[in-house]
Amino acid sequence: MSNSENKISYISLIKNGIFSENPIFRVALSLCPAVAVTSGVKNGFMMGIAVLFVQIMVNVTVSIVRKFIHPKVRIPSYMFIIATWVTVTDLSMAAFVRDIYAQMGLYIKLIVAFAIILSRAELFASKQKVTPSFFDGLGNGIGFLFALVIIGFFRELLGKGSLWGYPIVDTKPLLIMILPTGGFFAVGILMGLFNWIDTKFFGGGGASGGGH
Amino acid sequence: MEFGKLFELFIAAALINNFVFTRYLGLCIFFGVTKKMDTSIGMSITFTSVMVISAALNWVIYKFIMIPLGLGFLEIVIFIGVVAGFVQAADTIMKKVSPGLYYKLGIYLALITTNCIILAVPLLNVSEGYSFIESMFFGFGSGVGFSLAMIIMASIREKLELADVPKAFQGLPISFIITGLIALAFMGFSGLITL
Repeated sequence: MSNSENKISYISLIKNGIFSENPIFRVALSLCPAVAVTSGVKNGFMMGIAVLFVQIMVNVTVSIVRKFIHPKVRIPSYMFIIATWVTVTDLSMAAFVRDIYAQMGLYIKLIVAFAIILSRAELFASKQKVTPSFFDGLGNGIGFLFALVIIGFFRELLGKGSLWGYPIVDTKPLLIMILPTGGFFAVGILMGLFNWIDTKFFGGGGASGGGH
Repeated sequence: MEFGKLFELFIAAALINNFVFTRYLGLCIFFGVTKKMDTSIGMSITFTSVMVISAALNWVIYKFIMIPLGLGFLEIVIFIGVVAGFVQAADTIMKKVSPGLYYKLGIYLALITTNCIILAVPLLNVSEGYSFIESMFFGFGSGVGFSLAMIIMASIREKLELADVPKAFQGLPISFIITGLIALAFMGFSGLITL
């Protein structure tokens, strides 16, 4: 394969992660953080960055050690690799961004149980070389980040009338959007919107959904 | 430890701080298994029992192994290992001891490891500093709360099959909106007990 072809396939790997296989809107995996931390853009962004980091590191690690792991114990081994990188992220965030960590510390720890990370490690990184695994992780991580920021954008704008903590709209905010209820509504409506755009303009078949 | 305090803890975990509706955890399984009543009841039973046992197991390991050895910072790695190991063991033992039960509930066991709540309970037990009995009650309350959520959702979704939902909203999107409405109802429980 020539160099230019390599580049194209890397770009398409990233694109896949963001659009056609977007972890939240399309594949419907790892929904918990989508509702939990997105009451503001800032929290959603930090969560997305944490997941992006963990996803890339896990993909690279799994890809490096894939030849040494016996197929029968691969899932537990992946779980430990993920847990290790989550611990690294958790402790670094506790040290460097303390105010944000105080709000969402529990959810950072729970990255370990996100199905999306395990599923990328199992479906992609366990079969591929290091570089494609890196780009797959990058694409999926960015897709996740993108989804969290969009949900956070709508919820913070409608619920608090601000973005990233700065006031934008000077009307009475819809308080319901930052409550738990609003999170479910926002994800439901955005997911429906993504489906509608997909069937209307791209002729797709709607979200596969229903996974865990 | 008096009984009243434990009861408060149980009610708080099951209703006021319901994991699905106020802490948004366990959504993946919640949306996965609530398509049918049978599966959600099976999941409820399996889930609640695993929850109580794993809360107890993790408490013992934390208190008697991790604290003496100064391994507190490894809590994520160790808890996930314990849960995964316990689920695997339960799977194997159930298959040998009672095959009938295994065929009914076995598939749910495999799903449980990817549930955030199962990991959140030991982590919260540690950060809140609960005693052994309190941890078990907290685990039990969380399990009951999750079961309640699943059974409510399953009964609504069975009716939803007959409803005329716009095509783009069929499946998951409409389920999310319904969950939002139930969450709104569950907000009524806040302030039921002031801890």
